[in-house]
Amino acid sequence: MSDAAAGLLQVGLLVACLAVAYRPLGGYMARVYTSESDLRVERGAYRLFGVDARADQTWAVYARSLIAFSAVSMFLLYILQRVQSHLPLSLGLPNVESGLAFNTAASFVANTNWQSYSPEATMGHLVQFAGLAVQNFLSAAVGITVAIAVIRGFARSKTDRLGNFWVDLTRTVLRVLLPIAVIGTLALVAMGVVQNFSGGHEVTSVVGQAQTIPGGPVASQEVIKELGTNGGGFYNANSAHPFENPNGLSNLFEIFLLLLIPVSLTRTFGLMVKDKRQGYAILGVMGTLWAAFTFAATFFEVRGNSLEGKETRFGEWASALFASSTTGTSTGAVNSAHDSFTPLGGGTALFHMMLGEVSPGGTGTGLYGMLILAVLTVFIAGLMVGRTPEYLRKKITAREMKLVSLYILTTPTVVLVGASIAMGLAVARASIFNTDSPHGFTEVLYAFTSAGNNNGSAFGGLSANTPFYNTALGIVMLLGRFLPIVLALALAGSLAKQQPVPVTQGTLPTHKALFVTMLVGVVLIVTGLTYFPALTLGPLAEGL
Amino acid sequence: MRQFGVAARVLLVFTVVLGIAYPLVMTGVSQLLFHGNANGSIVKVNGKEVASDLIGQAYEGAQWFHTRPSAAKYDGKASAASQYGPNNPDLLKLVNERRAQVAQAEGVDPSQVPPDAVTASGSGLDPAISPAYAALQVNRVARERGLSVAQVQQLVKENTHGRALGFLGEPYVNVVTLNAALA
Repeated sequence: MSDAAAGLLQVGLLVACLAVAYRPLGGYMARVYTSESDLRVERGAYRLFGVDARADQTWAVYARSLIAFSAVSMFLLYILQRVQSHLPLSLGLPNVESGLAFNTAASFVANTNWQSYSPEATMGHLVQFAGLAVQNFLSAAVGITVAIAVIRGFARSKTDRLGNFWVDLTRTVLRVLLPIAVIGTLALVAMGVVQNFSGGHEVTSVVGQAQTIPGGPVASQEVIKELGTNGGGFYNANSAHPFENPNGLSNLFEIFLLLLIPVSLTRTFGLMVKDKRQGYAILGVMGTLWAAFTFAATFFEVRGNSLEGKETRFGEWASALFASSTTGTSTGAVNSAHDSFTPLGGGTALFHMMLGEVSPGGTGTGLYGMLILAVLTVFIAGLMVGRTPEYLRKKITAREMKLVSLYILTTPTVVLVGASIAMGLAVARASIFNTDSPHGFTEVLYAFTSAGNNNGSAFGGLSANTPFYNTALGIVMLLGRFLPIVLALALAGSLAKQQPVPVTQGTLPTHKALFVTMLVGVVLIVTGLTYFPALTLGPLAEGL
Repeated sequence: MRQFGVAARVLLVFTVVLGIAYPLVMTGVSQLLFHGNANGSIVKVNGKEVASDLIGQAYEGAQWFHTRPSAAKYDGKASAASQYGPNNPDLLKLVNERRAQVAQAEGVDPSQVPPDAVTASGSGLDPAISPAYAALQVNRVARERGLSVAQVQQLVKENTHGRALGFLGEPYVNVVTLNAALA
């Protein structure tokens, strides 16, 4: 079979698997978030937590709960790293230095999983499975709760209540993430991923050389790393490491996992707003963008025909498909070194993150990010015809537009300001590895784009474990995560209070091809215009 | 402030469930059901553990099949890619040097050297090479070991993996198991 035929079949199988899972999982999640009854184990949990499960929260209380939870999470993760040497299963590794511990705690709580460290040399097993992997679950669940709250903002009317954060969080973990993770772990081990607590296994090769075969509870962490669109590798090479991703089948399974929830949530959305076509339209926009970027990444990498930084068992096609899916979902796991991609192939991955992680985006974040861009689109359409815009029967007034504008401006601002400061400081420029060309600037731009959009992948040549980058990227990750969340929840609160307006002849239908096309255009133009100057200095200067 | 108390309790409970119970149970079940895989798919030669069939090694000497260049020097505790940009002059120089070396070692024209033979992998632990690079090495290994070319070709064939399901990933030759078969 030719490379191209195999590559296309690979994409085809991925899309088919997602299509099969779409209705059952999307419908299941809709029931999870609308059900009035709790599982017995959940009732026990709420008693332990001291939470009244039937007490719905206003957007402000929902946001405060979320921020409090993330703050406490970050604190615990920081402490765990700082006392690592005293903990069991730490493989004799020292305490993590404070700047790095801050960066890593911020990174995993913000669902970014940017890694300034090399795990093999930094993190013992205990910090990985009892600290980092726990946040892989919880930060993903936090993202989903926000999406659900925003959906309720559209679905509910004349109320100031968006649901209960603790209930949404608990249900996400126990009913959605954990069951899939359990099945996925066993599937990955069956494919060859390791799952043990060994600190390393000594072998002597046939030529007499000693080698340490690394160990760890990898599969159980790998599965949630992809499913929760986290991306932080158990090993330094991430999903290029044969123990994280042993073959072509595991590779496709991991890509499937990282797309699964973001894609299926559009179904959940359609069901919860009682108009499935709205979910298809959003999925159509996400799918169009993902397909276009996957095509571009594959085109440039196959044409480049370079295996530097790529694994033999994956080659160009499977590496490009992974790269496009990981940058479109805010995952940031990598099965190949993006720094060694062709200028335009790596530039495609960079530009894909710049869309704001909406194609289809991270767990939850992708959906609410896209819904906010949809609001912007109906606003622009409303301006064209001189009518008050509305989306899903909610009026988009000045208050909503202020929140939407702030949301859209936040991430590009932190990314571009951060990258500019870095390029202005000699100490930050000194971290660049490929100093020969515009590629060096791309390393810095990629780092801040990845952090600000909570992706976590890297042009790995950049030496990021320095006080400057650990601090700057840590702050950028936190701002890029929590400012948009607060704005999205505020928007949801404002929408939920409204009385729905009747659909009239003048209402712009938001489930048809025209709107899908407009929304694709808005995503590309809004981000294109924001980042185009920066892209011309980096990948475009190098690649054209 | 009330939210912080709730937050701490929720985090504690989930740390026990997701951070302790989940990995322990998953490890127990994996060890039971997939003992070999869960422990790194260890390869034995004459009863001695020589490798994991997923983790590449360096094989110096003309009587062995060679793996790809590695930015990690095949250190199992330090997986890494080179991170060279595509136009980095150091990379271009390295690739040219490697191509000349491989061409000389195999007695072929530099233009016949496949790309995986001159580039470092993403993990630095790639156990595999392309079927083309394996074919290039057959004559040398057969000569050095006093085996027939057909015998060595047969071993290469036995250690060649097609694409998963016929179309996922790329075909490859597992050098670790191939060299174990030669040992």
